[in-house]
Formats: sequence, C-alpha cells, structure tokens
Amino acid sequence: MVQTKPAALTGNEAMAEAMRQINPDVVAAYPITPQTEIVQIFADFAANGKVKTQFVQVESEHSALSAVVGAAASGARAMTATSSNGLAYMWEILYIASSLRLPVVMPVINRTLSGNINIHCDHSDTMGARDAGWIQIYCEDAQEAYDSMIMAVRIAERARLPVMVMTDGFIISHCMTDMALYPDEAVRAFVGEFKPRYSLFDLDHPISVGPIDLPDWYMEHKEQQSLAMGASKPIVLEAQKAFAQDFGRKDYGLFDAYRLDDAEYAMVVIGSTAGTARPVVDALRAQGRKVGLLRPRLFRPFPAADWANALSGKKGIVAMDRSDSLADFGGPVAQHLRAALYDAPFRPPMMNLIYGLGGREIQPEEIRQIFENLFRHVETGASPRSTSGYWGVREWPVKE
Amino acid sequence: MSEKKAFPPPLSEGGHIPDAGTSAHYKTGGWASKQPTHDAKKCISCFLCWVCCPEAAIRVENQKVVGIDYEYCKGCGICVKNCPPKVQALKWPEEGV
Repeated sequence: MVQTKPAALTGNEAMAEAMRQINPDVVAAYPITPQTEIVQIFADFAANGKVKTQFVQVESEHSALSAVVGAAASGARAMTATSSNGLAYMWEILYIASSLRLPVVMPVINRTLSGNINIHCDHSDTMGARDAGWIQIYCEDAQEAYDSMIMAVRIAERARLPVMVMTDGFIISHCMTDMALYPDEAVRAFVGEFKPRYSLFDLDHPISVGPIDLPDWYMEHKEQQSLAMGASKPIVLEAQKAFAQDFGRKDYGLFDAYRLDDAEYAMVVIGSTAGTARPVVDALRAQGRKVGLLRPRLFRPFPAADWANALSGKKGIVAMDRSDSLADFGGPVAQHLRAALYDAPFRPPMMNLIYGLGGREIQPEEIRQIFENLFRHVETGASPRSTSGYWGVREWPVKE
Repeated sequence: MSEKKAFPPPLSEGGHIPDAGTSAHYKTGGWASKQPTHDAKKCISCFLCWVCCPEAAIRVENQKVVGIDYEYCKGCGICVKNCPPKVQALKWPEEGV
C-alpha cells in the first residue's frame, strides 16, 4: 500500500498530473477550441523539464493523433488529450490507432459537439466514437479520472488497444475537488516499462505498418481486432484489481452499483450525474422506496451480460442519456441497455430519458421527480415509454 | 465456422507486415492488359527505363538492360514513354490486324 498525498485539484489538473507521473515518451497536441487544459498543463511540465516527454506541437487534432499513432508504431509510449470537436477532427485516425492495435491512452473531456455552437458538457463526442475500436472508461470524479489514467496505460499495453478515459466537461474538468495523489515511483512501478511488440526503428527487423488490406484479408484482421476487444475485459478487471491492491483504493469494477442489489427501481446514468443521484437514492430509501443506481464505467468493451445480471428482475429502470443518437430510439445508454436485457430472464419496463445536453444542469429534485415518474408509470401499469424523451426542456401550451 | 478458433489468430497484429521485401511475393504481371517489348539491338542501356519502372521489372545483366520481367511488369508503359525517341527500344506490341 502506498502513502497518499492529499491535494485539491481540478479534473484537468488531476489527469495532467497522472500524465506527468506516467511520463510518456511522446505527447502531441494542438490548442483547438475546444481543447482541454490537460495538454496546456502538460506542456508546462514538458517545458519545465518535469517530464522527459517529447512534446510535439502539431497543426490540428487530426495531426495530433496522427503523430501519436506514428510515435506508438515506432515503439514509444504516446498520448494526447482532446475534447468535443477536437475528437471529431481526430475521427479518421481514431480508427487507424485501434486497427493498428496501438496502445495509445487519451483523456477526453466530454463536451458537446457543435452545432449549435456550444462547448459545455454532454457525452455526444465520445458516444459518437464508441464504435471506433477504443476501450472507453467513463469516470465520475477527478479521483477516478486520475486513477483510471494510471490503469489505462496498463490496460492499453496489455490489450494492445487504445483507451479513452472520460470525465464530464466543466463539472469535473474545471471544478476543484479534494483527492489523493500517489508517489511518482508507485505510479511508475504500476505502469512499468513499455515493451512494444514491434518498432519501426528496429532496423534489424524491418516491417510495414498500416499497409493496404483488400477484401481477401481485411475481415480476418477486423475479426482479430473484435476478438481483442472482447479479450480486453479480463485485462481491465485485472488492472483494476491490481490497482486496488497496490494503491489501497476500491476495485472500480465494470460499473459502479449503488444500493442496487435489493433495489426494485434502478437508474442507469454515466458520469458526474451519478454523484447528484446518490443522495436522492438515500433520501428515497429513507422514505421506504427501494431504489438503486448503476453507473456504467466500462462502455467499450460493452459488458452486456454484467449489466443484464445486475438489472434483470427490477420492477423498473430509467436509462439516462447525456447524448442523443437522433435515431428516434433513445440514446446510446438506453439502446445498449435494451439490447443487453433482451436475453435476460426478466426484462423490466424501461424509461429512456435524454438529459443535460449542451451543459444543461440537472438537480437532485429532478432526479427525484424522474424516480417518481418511474414508480407511477410502473405501478399504474402505464407504459414507461410514455415518459421517455427529452427531460427538463421547455414546454408550451398548444394555441387555441 | 469451426467449433474452436485460435485466439489470438495466427496473424500479425493489426495487419502489419512482419518482413521486408515482401513485394517480391506479389506478381503484379497479372495486372497487365498489355506489356511493352524490349529490342536489345536498339537499346543503348541509358537506364532511364530502369530508373522509372515502378515495379523494378527492367532486367539488367552485366550492366546492360536486357529485357523486361513479365512476371512483375504491370503494363504501365512508363518505360515506353521514357525510352529516348531516337532509340525506341521499348514499344507497345502492334495492335492486332
């Protein structure tokens, strides 16, 4: 067990601190709006000699991830950080990093995609990138983000897949919180030395990376990538268990279950809103309502059976989405939950709500109202779907 | 699909090519719809064709251009374009009668 040091940091500072301790070989970044303060803070570390990292200033997010891909293929531990439209601008290279099986770690601060122009919190950026072949870990607070960054290095390098670590924009990224930091040596011992499978600089073993892959072989390589994603789940669990042991923290698990085991009604919600919902769960419990919370952490690979086991048999569930698929079929959390529960022995009635887009706040009182709606609809036999849709938007009476 | 699949599959990870010089395994001659001919009597071995050929299909022996390797010549005709007009050692075959 390590000696921890108390600190008051913002989410951005916490993730940048993790990057300083990891001390990657290469970080490439560009100050697009919206970028994150993470690379700005890290650039200071690099300029002041606090890290040995080669900091590459590129001309776009597309180039930032391209440079990181090149560095990783050359055998370097490489990272970058982004957010929102910055992530969107990386889109092509997201798929290349994962297809080439490069263990890149990238913090992403969840902020909405324009338009209309807005830079505030929601999950539309990384939810859009959920099929890009990256392991996705959503965090609730700065401590979890800091911890997850350290774990992500080990996960990425063992699974040989890139990892995104997410926190809620502004709510976590810019708000200061008390947390515990670990000694540099402990972090470096945990992440270990990067031993790449191959390197473009290994002139005794020349290779080609990212060659053309036509219809005769493309599917075999794609299946290999898909199998690797499946095989990464035990790697995530192992890393979390080892982290809990080494650093004296809780084992984070695939999701965070709060008073869920004996709950009759459950809310599924990603990120900082789970923190808003927890006291509401306690208050409803005090009134005799058996409610619980499931906060997804690992979204890729998607732990479908684990979600289904945790939620099958509940009287009612509400899936909370901080992004919309614009599919007229709920957001990605609701869609995944519905798919996961299809094979479950008992499929509970389910409400899908879209909330908090573009940084719209959600208050504890609203969480309580959502639970009340769930009770009412399940108990009166009305279809919970009738209360699905956008939560907390203005409504206007129909004009006569 | 077979019952048991090898994991990881016996493929290079991410589809990278784990050896050098593997283009020699790819016989690009099959791409050609027509291929140029080389006239050794006219050829002055200026090596312009050898420099320009994208498939290294110009055969050289004893520092002289001696012909075309048709297993690799994909019929692009760059050698024909670059053969000096006064020499014209490389030509497309005559069109059929």
